Amino acid sequence: MKLIDRLYKDAPLATRHEITPKLGFLLTVLLALAWLIPFLWMGVATLRPASDGINLMAELVPSLKPTLDNIRDAWEIGDFPRYFLNTTIICTGILLVQFVTITLAGFAFARLDFAGKTLLFYLFLMQLMLVPVLLIVPNLRIVAQFGLYDTLAGVMMPFFASAFGTFLMRQAFEAIPTELEDAALIDGASLIQRIRHIYIPLSIPSFSAFAIISVTSHWNDFLWPLMVINSPDKRPLTVGLSVFTATAEGTQAWGTIAAGTLMVIAPLLITFLIFQKRFISSFVTSGIK
Amino acid sequence: MSLAEPATLPVATSAPPRLNILKRFTTRFRTSLPAYLLLLPSLIFLALFTYGAMGRVVIDALYQRATPKAPLRFVGLDNITAVLADPAFTGAVVNNLIYALGTAVPSIGLALLFALALARTNAVTSALRAALFLPVLIPMVAASALFLFIFLPNVGLLDYYIGRLLPVLPNWLGDPDIALYAIMIITIWKNAGYYMLFFLAGLQSVPEDVMEAAHLDGAGPFSRLRYIILPELKPTFLFVIVIATLNAVTQVDHVFVMTKGGPSNATNLVLFYIYQQAVEHYDIGMASAATLLTLAALMSLTALSFRTMAKREGGS
Repeated sequence: MKLIDRLYKDAPLATRHEITPKLGFLLTVLLALAWLIPFLWMGVATLRPASDGINLMAELVPSLKPTLDNIRDAWEIGDFPRYFLNTTIICTGILLVQFVTITLAGFAFARLDFAGKTLLFYLFLMQLMLVPVLLIVPNLRIVAQFGLYDTLAGVMMPFFASAFGTFLMRQAFEAIPTELEDAALIDGASLIQRIRHIYIPLSIPSFSAFAIISVTSHWNDFLWPLMVINSPDKRPLTVGLSVFTATAEGTQAWGTIAAGTLMVIAPLLITFLIFQKRFISSFVTSGIK
Repeated sequence: MSLAEPATLPVATSAPPRLNILKRFTTRFRTSLPAYLLLLPSLIFLALFTYGAMGRVVIDALYQRATPKAPLRFVGLDNITAVLADPAFTGAVVNNLIYALGTAVPSIGLALLFALALARTNAVTSALRAALFLPVLIPMVAASALFLFIFLPNVGLLDYYIGRLLPVLPNWLGDPDIALYAIMIITIWKNAGYYMLFFLAGLQSVPEDVMEAAHLDGAGPFSRLRYIILPELKPTFLFVIVIATLNAVTQVDHVFVMTKGGPSNATNLVLFYIYQQAVEHYDIGMASAATLLTLAALMSLTALSFRTMAKREGGS
């Protein structure tokens, strides 16, 4: 209880003796530990030698003879470097095009006055209401019509315009004082120059927030690439992992599955642990994406 | 000259009225042109993959082939009635409703508990928040791969540790009565940390002085929660409920990896049904009709919640 008292030392004096908040805190600590168990098992099982047998597979106490065999097996069975490359191409491609489209559209909504502004705003808003994930069937038909079935470009294309990103950039641009732009206007800067040299440099935090949301959501996307991609060498990580899991499940190679899963999620987890604050604040803004 | 520089507005009012209107229209268009050009790249993709896709769904839902090789013919609302009469679809809708309720309520409840317990910021709470947030980041497919082993009969993590306490070991994913609930556990595990963030943000708007006044008046922790914190969190609740409902419809990756809708359709959800119709049965008409019905349901839900939110903002 000493430790908990120390945690509550900045609580108002009158509430410090209350027991309910402390019980809630204890429950949360227990649940947080339970929340980590799947990750713990993943780490322990990855390092467990196959000689321990299936009956010890669930043991959360690490093996005394840790081995990297599982990682090597997963690396050899699954084509993970290829999947990594594909996912990286998809995420970067989407993000680069999105940066262009959301900057331009966000600027138009933030700073320009034009006929039909409200109508166009609602047209953008519709993308949020239509829940893009549900449109997989018609989108697949459209992508196929463009001859982009079974291509990475086909996976990327439906996400090139982002209403969420547009609104985020509109908000960021609106916060920039117009005086800065007026000064540039007097110096004869063109519209594109003003966006490039005033608006973009001052909105880097919003861009990075958007990048975090965009990359994590497309890194984790599964159903859509599963529908578009047919050739094994074009699979992204998620589709690759599901095929890999199905294969390894048949042979009960759980250590290999744990190692494969670890490889797939490690990049995101490491990036999160480094930029924790930034991730969390970006996800708060992401509500409806 | 800069593109955005406002063009001179016509000041001459003596011109004939019709010419004036026409002139005003063209000037308005000319001044708007830069904005249209900036919006064009986004609009092209929105036209293709949002409005175009929407139109595509409506049209595809009206056509059907008698046999896979037969030409398309117009069938009107037949696809819609066929979907509504399909026990697999109605079963999926019922499953999805149970799944939505059974994931939204516990994950939102847990999220509120986590947020209340971790509202203060210090090293310990930050670490706990990070632990609870980790599942949000990983792909649903990766979570499924881990939970496949957790739910594995006999040797899996769950049976190994708590199975000994039960007289009969349940087959978590193989029993049609249990499988849907097993699937729900993954969703709760994955989403509670995400909703926690919104409650943490919402809690910051609870005024500190009101809280202090309340416990000076002798209000205990529960009455403070009931009469001060919860009313303040109402907009957050509304927002999180909408997101949780959308997630209940759109997050089906674990169904695909773990159960493929089985055993005997016990874990079939609407989006997975749509996927099956389109990819496994090549029935675009049925898949589109099911998409259309789901979209209509979701859009009325989001429209309703947007209106409630707008009303609240307008009212206060």
